[in-house]
Amino acid sequence: MAKIRGAVVIDQDRCKGCRLCVVACPTQTLALSTTSVNHRGYAFSEDVNPDACIGCSSCAQVCPDGCITVYKIREE
Amino acid sequence: MTKEEIIQKGSLAYEKPSLLNNNTMHYCPGCSHGVIHKLIAEVIEEMGMADKAIGVSPVGCGVFIYKYLDIDFQEAAHGRAPALATGIKRVLPDRLVFTYQGDGDAAGIGGNETLHALNRGEGITIIFINNAIYGMTGGQMSPMTLMGQVTATSPYGREAAIHGYPLKLAEIAAQLEGTAYVTRQSVESVAAIRKAKLALKKAFQISMEEKGSCLVEFVGTCSSGWKMTPVDANKWMSEQMFLYYPKGDLKDITKKEKS
Ligand SMILES: Cc1ncc(C[n+]2csc(CCOP(=O)(O)OP(=O)(O)O)c2C)c(N)n1
Ligand code: SF4
Ligand code: SF4
Ligand SMILES: [Mg+2]
Repeated sequence: MAKIRGAVVIDQDRCKGCRLCVVACPTQTLALSTTSVNHRGYAFSEDVNPDACIGCSSCAQVCPDGCITVYKIREE
Repeated sequence: MTKEEIIQKGSLAYEKPSLLNNNTMHYCPGCSHGVIHKLIAEVIEEMGMADKAIGVSPVGCGVFIYKYLDIDFQEAAHGRAPALATGIKRVLPDRLVFTYQGDGDAAGIGGNETLHALNRGEGITIIFINNAIYGMTGGQMSPMTLMGQVTATSPYGREAAIHGYPLKLAEIAAQLEGTAYVTRQSVESVAAIRKAKLALKKAFQISMEEKGSCLVEFVGTCSSGWKMTPVDANKWMSEQMFLYYPKGDLKDITKKEKS
């Protein structure tokens, strides 16, 4: 059965750790880093569960800073 | 399939609009201003108006929009963007002219100008970011502050006897002969963002057709001023702000034309 797979690329230097993407994601793909911060001191968003991503773009749309790029593919 | 393979072989589903440049936005984490900037960039891009759009940004956190969107901008004094936009639109009628104003700006110090520009039916769109507070100066009460809302200048909450009532600017604008389209939107969810984008596009189109002036209110968050996390601010906005400021179109003369 064909399955939709997605992948996100997060500009972690630009991210301010607002968490809006984390709560918008329907598949719990994202979380804020618990181990590192970026050069401005923000705990940035990471795709901690990348296999779960379905490429829906919810995270990218709600991101106020335009940090997320989303790719999508239909896996046969 | 690995993440790298999906990126390589898959199709691009979302990237930030190209009119939004790479300057780091100064807004606090989670601020609605950023999402609204992205929508403006997307709509102008889709309309092919990048070379013809002129924004006017007065005082408030959103003044710095000119640093982030790669289109022409003019700064204005506090509350005076509609007058400047009027002048620009009258001299250059083929341009897409819009203002980007906060609630302290458009409803407070600039309330007079906002209403008169709208009532003259200028071919401009006023984008009005209502976060119920003076964000930039540290969270003082604005005309849009809700009853009971605690701010730096209403520490016991807004009280009618002392502070009067929140101003329903969009409802007033909808009563003016000069307005063609008045709508209230928000950007807290994907569904809200989708609707808001359509509304913004409609306003820009109507203002280009010079059918009258347009007001697009965005109910937005100011997590710093409200002293909440961005996630809680979206929740508070949905539960409290939308009750007093209900979303949707308040006036649309293009609907009358059709029927
Ligand atoms: C003539 C003048 N008066 C006062 C100020 C101070 N001031 C700067 S921003 C601001 C309030 C802005 O609030 P709002 O328009 O709601 O924008 P926000 O920051 O909330 O997005 C004020 C009063 C000023 N810059 N100029
Ligand atoms: S694209 Fe959708 S599924 Fe993938 S991380 Fe973003 S919100 Fe989650
Ligand atoms: S003070 Fe409020 S309106 Fe200004 S950038 Fe911060 S959250 Fe946004
Ligand atoms: Mg404000």
